[in-house]
Amino acid sequence: MANLHSTLLGISSPNPFWLASAPPTDKKINVLRAFEAGWGGVVWKTLGDQVKNVSSRYAAINYGNQRVMGLNNIELISDRPLDINLKEIREVMKEFPDRAMVVSLMANTNRESWHDLVKRVQDNGCHGLELNFGCPHGMTERGMGAAVGQDPAIAKMVVEWVMEVAEVPVLTKLTPNVHSVVPIAKATLEAGTNGFALINTIQSLMGVDLDTFLPYPDVGGHTAFGGYCGPAVKPIALKMLTSLGMDKATANTPISGIGGVTTWRDAVEFMLLGAGNVQVCTAVMKYGFRIINDLCSGMSNWMDEKGFTSTSEFVGLSIPKVTDWEELDLNFHIVANINQDKCIHCGLCYIACEDASHQAISLEKGNPYNTYSIKEEECVGCNLCKLVCPVSECITMLEQRKGAEHLNWKEFQRLGLPLNEH
Amino acid sequence: MPLESQRLAPEEYKRNFADLHPPFELLDTAFIEANRCLYCYDAPCTKSCPTSIDVPQFIKQISTGNIKGSAETIFSANIMGGGCAKVCPVEKLCEGACVYNLLHEEPIAIAKLQRFSTEQAIKEKWKIFERKPSNGKRVAIVGAGPAGLACAHALSLEGVDVTIFEKEAKGGGLMTYGVAAYKVTPEFCEDEVDWILSVGGITIQYNTEIGTTKTLQDLQRDYDAVFVGIGVGVARHLGIPGEELDGVVDAIKFIYDIRTKDYSEIPVGDRVAVIGMGMTAIDAATQSKRLGAKEVVMVYRRDEHEKSCTDAELEIAKLDGCSFVWLAAPKEILGEHGKATALVCNIVRLSDEADASGKRAILPTGETMTIEADMIIRAAGQIPFEEFVQGAHIQNNGGRISTSGLQTTNLKGVFAGGDCVNGGKEVVDAVQHGKDAAKGILEYLSSNK
Ligand SMILES: Cc1cc2nc3c(=O)[nH]c(=O)nc-3n(C[C@H](O)[C@H](O)[C@H](O)COP(=O)(O)OP(=O)(O)OC[C@H]3O[C@@H](n4cnc5c(N)ncnc54)[C@H](O)[C@@H]3O)c2cc1C
Ligand SMILES: Cc1cc2nc3c(=O)[nH]c(=O)nc-3n(C[C@H](O)[C@H](O)[C@H](O)COP(=O)(O)O)c2cc1C
Ligand code: SF4
Ligand code: SF4
Ligand code: SF4
Repeated sequence: MANLHSTLLGISSPNPFWLASAPPTDKKINVLRAFEAGWGGVVWKTLGDQVKNVSSRYAAINYGNQRVMGLNNIELISDRPLDINLKEIREVMKEFPDRAMVVSLMANTNRESWHDLVKRVQDNGCHGLELNFGCPHGMTERGMGAAVGQDPAIAKMVVEWVMEVAEVPVLTKLTPNVHSVVPIAKATLEAGTNGFALINTIQSLMGVDLDTFLPYPDVGGHTAFGGYCGPAVKPIALKMLTSLGMDKATANTPISGIGGVTTWRDAVEFMLLGAGNVQVCTAVMKYGFRIINDLCSGMSNWMDEKGFTSTSEFVGLSIPKVTDWEELDLNFHIVANINQDKCIHCGLCYIACEDASHQAISLEKGNPYNTYSIKEEECVGCNLCKLVCPVSECITMLEQRKGAEHLNWKEFQRLGLPLNEH
Repeated sequence: MPLESQRLAPEEYKRNFADLHPPFELLDTAFIEANRCLYCYDAPCTKSCPTSIDVPQFIKQISTGNIKGSAETIFSANIMGGGCAKVCPVEKLCEGACVYNLLHEEPIAIAKLQRFSTEQAIKEKWKIFERKPSNGKRVAIVGAGPAGLACAHALSLEGVDVTIFEKEAKGGGLMTYGVAAYKVTPEFCEDEVDWILSVGGITIQYNTEIGTTKTLQDLQRDYDAVFVGIGVGVARHLGIPGEELDGVVDAIKFIYDIRTKDYSEIPVGDRVAVIGMGMTAIDAATQSKRLGAKEVVMVYRRDEHEKSCTDAELEIAKLDGCSFVWLAAPKEILGEHGKATALVCNIVRLSDEADASGKRAILPTGETMTIEADMIIRAAGQIPFEEFVQGAHIQNNGGRISTSGLQTTNLKGVFAGGDCVNGGKEVVDAVQHGKDAAKGILEYLSSNK
């Protein structure tokens, strides 16, 4: 069995799975049960000036019966007294000294408030701090959360304040509600942050009740924009994560990856794209702490299969595979191939290719089963048919290069090569 | 002793004749199943439905919560889509063709989903169809079975005024008087007929048999066109000694009683032998058992591979505890004091080679067997209404009406469809004939202005 032990910013945990700062980490009885279940660490629910939450706080996407494909919330930071939180943090750390205890913070945007909060929390005891620059609702209107994280200058200033007094490692949690996370990351790095956590939730409006015309979640007749998370946001999180790994300035800064992690596969993907560990919120809110078992067992089996003995060995391995579009090889060409023995004649590949523009699949009428085959000369190799086919490995993409050499767009233009004729 | 009725307690009858395939109780469960459907293109299920219901579309509509649209999709192709959802032998139709079978997975529960939408539409009387204003054309239909009703509905939508003549007191044909009681209730059948009639423009004259006081010729004279959808009649005689004995009954008559009387009034034997292995035979056997017969034996002169019922139907009979004697050809019925006591059969075998019709010849072995039975049900096919057909001079084949394109007969302006043409298939086939005939009639009416 591969060893899942993980270290991020010198903070050690028995596995790379932390619970993200959110309801599952907002009190002792939760965190104790999480640690009993086997979670490697937690980022305690964001502390700051105590707030008051509304009732009716969540809404979710039910996509083709996959409930909570995406989750939205309009919750604020911890609504429990700071003292109680601090006391409980101490007690948990005592019971589980081997687990990572990071505390998420959000103070009013002035030096004194941040100094106060940082000192109180670190004096109380923790392995690290996470700065919540991400919360996209409620706190923003008070000049905190994403309001800080969307402006490089403010973000830099706040991190500077924090670093003036911080004695434990500091992770800056980035908001995805920006065109690119790189400028904020760079600014906070200059200010001295030790690492990043990303992403926080994405601004969203979940939908509207068609009978009452009320958008979700209905808070007594009105709603507010909320933060979106869960499986639906994973690709966006991965892109933002990778963009930090691709930028020279931020490439070597440790990152805790967040956003839609639900299975060990998701976690491995985050880590291959540069996350040192991952944090999980929605998946636990849906299924409970027990999912940690498969997260660990799946990752460990995968590591054994691939010959990795430590999680640090595969962090970032996939980043070099991402490049600018301009660099892609125009001589690389693939065509779809249908395995007729596996085909169940659903016609989904056909109609997708037909109506999505390429008309590269032929239909031979049969009763009741039609036969579908690829017109290789028409196939552009877009992958769509393979993506829609309900049978795995039924459609495969075969490589049929257009030329031996790597040919990027610049070269293509320089050589004056012809564009499509029809 | 005559055959006994009142064998069971009321609650036992109720349990035995409860819905064979219960519906989805919740939108949630229908939604789960609907989302399993792949939404195939040029879908094999649709191609395997005789009325070509756009299955992926109606299922998709359930998944989007557009139940009304879903019902409309179904009913536009098959106005008896509600009843068909309960009685179709789907394993050899839509569900049998579902692509999931090719993955060795359970096919989509198409009929159950179809029932989900249609049952609501019928129950809540959704307004789905609007007929065109009356165009003054009048069409007469003989028989208010599935074929006649489907034809009437399609014609009425186009503004034709339709009069149906029906010899029974209720509409629905064998849906009301034939199909097993655990598939459809009499109340459902009535609701379904009302639902079809709710479009307007259709009147039914019940208890009116054509061929007696009023003839087909009268209808030809009084109406712009006529559709004949009279179905088929009683069960075929076996032509063996002893058929006149008490206790020898016609499956169709037996089932008719089940569908029209209280279950406790239906006499049934202790030991019942059912002759035949089609759908009617299965229904007679299973319902005998459910009425309280102690033993039910189904006797067939071919083997299990050549049965005409589906595997699913045979399974129902097996689960009901019926037993089966294959390769036994009825030879004689024995009796005492005018009452049947046993069925004697020749034990036969099948030739290795199939004949021109694709069936293997039945060869005697010289041996016989005797099956004790106090009730013997004849269910080896039904006889067409030959007298009616001959009397009206409709071209036919042993009483089965011959038709060509769009259900036209040899008589000008006379169309025919359903069991009386195909010799006895399913409700869904009769509906399609009715639809086709309506098309033919509309063409005929517009070319004869
Ligand atoms: C026992 C049994 C079980 C069956 N089970 C199933 C099943 O589970 N699923 C399935 O799909 N199909 C089943 N069928 C077959 C199905 O019922 C028929 O295929 C279908 O009803 C045929 O419709 P139709 O309109 O052609 O004829 P019918 O349903 O027979 O309707 C003909 C109508 O015409 C009327 N009529 C006849 N002669 C005259 C006349 N001279 N004047 C006026 N009216 C007349 C009759 O009273 C009847 O109402 C079953 C049949 C039987 C016998
Ligand atoms: C109900 C709820 C409350 C949250 N509260 C906080 C918070 O207080 N501080 C914070 O940094 N992130 C908060 N988050 C964001 C999560 O920590 C996490 O970044 C986000 O949900 C993406 O991860 P996921 O897709 O695994 O849920 C909250 C998320 C949810 C759903
Ligand atoms: S890869 Fe794209 S173009 Fe080629 S057959 Fe599939 S869908 Fe059509
Ligand atoms: S999508 Fe796949 S299974 Fe369906 S017809 Fe195409 S190749 Fe066959
Ligand atoms: S064949 Fe099956 S999966 Fe495909 S559309 Fe029909 S019911 Fe749905």
